[in-house]
Amino acid sequence: MSTSVTPRRDATRASSSRQPATPRRTSSLHRPQLVAAWALAIPFLVVFAAMFLVPLGYAGYLSTFTSQLVGGQVFSGLANYSRALNDPSFWAGLGRVALFLFVQVPIMLVIALFVALALDTGRVAGSKFVRLAIFVPYAVPGVVATLMWGYLYGRESGLIAQVISGVGLTPPDLLSPQNVLGSTMNIVSWEFIGYNMIVLYAALRSVPTEMYEAAEIDGAGPWRVAWSIKIPAIRSAILLTVIFSVIGSFQLFNEPNLLYSIAPNAIGSDFTPNLYAYNVAFKNQDVNYAAAIAFLLGFLIMIISYVVQLATSRKERLS
Amino acid sequence: MKRKTTAKALVSLAVVSAFVLTGCAPSGGGAGGGGDTAPVSQADIDKAMDTDTTLTFWTWVPDVQKEVDLFEAKYPKIKVDVVNVGTGTAQYPKLRTALKAGKGAPDVAQIEYQYIPSFRQTGSLVDLTPYGGADLESKYVPWVWNQVADDTGVWSVPQDSGPLGNLYRSDIYEQAGLTKAPETWADFATDAQTIKDKTDSYISNLPGNDPGQIVGLFWQAGAKPFSYDGDKTVGIDLDSTETQKVVTFWQDLIDKDLVSTDADFNDAWYQGFSSGKYASWQTAAWGPVFLQGTAANTSGKWTAAKIPQWKAGEDVSGNWGGSSDAVITGTQNPIAAAEFSKFLNSDPESTLAFANEQFLFPTTTDTLSSSDFTDTASDFYGGQKVNELFAGVSDTVSTDFQWLPFMDYVYSSFNDTLGKAIADHSDLSAALTAWQDDVTAYAKQQGFTVK
Repeated sequence: MSTSVTPRRDATRASSSRQPATPRRTSSLHRPQLVAAWALAIPFLVVFAAMFLVPLGYAGYLSTFTSQLVGGQVFSGLANYSRALNDPSFWAGLGRVALFLFVQVPIMLVIALFVALALDTGRVAGSKFVRLAIFVPYAVPGVVATLMWGYLYGRESGLIAQVISGVGLTPPDLLSPQNVLGSTMNIVSWEFIGYNMIVLYAALRSVPTEMYEAAEIDGAGPWRVAWSIKIPAIRSAILLTVIFSVIGSFQLFNEPNLLYSIAPNAIGSDFTPNLYAYNVAFKNQDVNYAAAIAFLLGFLIMIISYVVQLATSRKERLS
Repeated sequence: MKRKTTAKALVSLAVVSAFVLTGCAPSGGGAGGGGDTAPVSQADIDKAMDTDTTLTFWTWVPDVQKEVDLFEAKYPKIKVDVVNVGTGTAQYPKLRTALKAGKGAPDVAQIEYQYIPSFRQTGSLVDLTPYGGADLESKYVPWVWNQVADDTGVWSVPQDSGPLGNLYRSDIYEQAGLTKAPETWADFATDAQTIKDKTDSYISNLPGNDPGQIVGLFWQAGAKPFSYDGDKTVGIDLDSTETQKVVTFWQDLIDKDLVSTDADFNDAWYQGFSSGKYASWQTAAWGPVFLQGTAANTSGKWTAAKIPQWKAGEDVSGNWGGSSDAVITGTQNPIAAAEFSKFLNSDPESTLAFANEQFLFPTTTDTLSSSDFTDTASDFYGGQKVNELFAGVSDTVSTDFQWLPFMDYVYSSFNDTLGKAIADHSDLSAALTAWQDDVTAYAKQQGFTVK
């Protein structure tokens, strides 16, 4: 989907934005070079077309049909889409991921940014170890992470509950319908703080240190350097993590799908739009409607990513 | 990477859906099924069983190779490939996908009773009548036979079953001053209060994620929530006097905090048995052995009893779980496949092995009355002959319980309606109505005629 391409394009643009505009390169390419370029690109394009464009097109085609267990498949135009737009389950899922987006993503990115900045100062003792320790959860497969947290969350045997009741308080049910979204946010934050931290940290390392020296001479303390120099300097990397996180939030699937087995009634079949699409396809046996939901979701993600990007680049231009 | 895996999930969804519907002409409803209905002659069967053949068998029964070996020993030319593609609800989507793709489906597949109509509806099961299926009837307990066969055909061969009983902690009961298991549900409610007051245990746990158990309890209460004519007409009666009676009963116990509502088959629930949080479990005939593995530290403290009755003096039960082995449409070897399924589930040696080694509760009257099965005394239940008790229960299960051809949806809808109300301790009666409405809406939307 073009959404996953967007950040990459943006990253390249951002890194070259301070250079004088490069002339259009294709015009200066000679024929043999062109041939080589295509030859190198073709394996990718073939796989991309076969594994991505064709299934995507096919799913789009499917989404314009209505299938019934009795009566089979009939062309129905956009009926599945209007059904999805009137489907409370779809909207409930979207509402949940939107809440997730507005609560979890800022928390996760602020922590990641803070840790990246702290590590970048070089004042953290054992910074290599800290970096690795924070990054390790990302290396743990999401499935394992969720199962592990599932055990920790358990109301009777879970570690968290035991600690809380150990100090004499009543442990909350972390897997109740009211709390399960928060519990999911916690799992996702745990998994991805390290990843985002590494992206931001790598960007910080590429900021020329002369700027810090100049700032120090001007009397700026470490907080001021971080706020006025480092953060603006890695704006494009921050934007990248924001867009990845936005997309990730809307596509939330693994965590709720696995928590379903331990908290089935709290998660339900429509916790997130992706989970809903999956259940519609494989439990309700309605592949066509699931395709429509997936398409609609992809379209929404595209719009939101674009809005986020537009808003940020506008700010960049203004500053 | 979150976005990567989720993107992958989305893409694979698209890919799968692409494969799923490739070459999928609208398959229409209808009974469909196997080819001609003329009986296959013994000569044909002999010939088929003496031809080199490889059968693929999808099942999740552990160590099933032992029973398969018995078959292969009898018919050396037939080789059976046992494949475990997942348990129950994990297997069905794969089976449907293979069926729609037109290749990759097995010759024989394990299918739980409640999912047989769903595969019948898509014409995916071979009618075993021409292959001597009807001759099997006399071998099975009547209610079990009705789960696999009707007037129009024999759709599968019963493998195991789960008539409902009541397993209880005799030590907790004694501690509460109770000397015997409740005979009626009214006794059960009284005992619940006594047990809670004197021992702080819950008499039982009603999970909000297990439609199978609730439906079993409905079955026992005489409800007939589902019906299916094998073609396009379904009956949905989830919101009936009987079902309301059941949920109102449990509502009362839940409201008084005499019954817990933990999700079942997970760690916390297993620990509930070990720790004495639950004093009993209204479970199926496969429950006793399961519990033995789950709460080993409570060995000797359990007793098996019959399920409490709605009317004193009655003796009726329901069923929860059980599987069959069906021959799948498209098989190149229907005769060998049918013979295999029949052998596996009716040969005395094979069924006895299922019963005593895999602890699948038997469905044949022979095995149910075999002393090799019923005489086993279990230490976990203080030396009680648990099999004998449940073998008796099997005769008391109501015979004409049916299912809908889309139980996947019915069960997933349960989790969002009645199950959710159980977990949230809210209004079960209203949630039962919501379940009924939701399932009815789905049935209509899928083009079924709802009676």
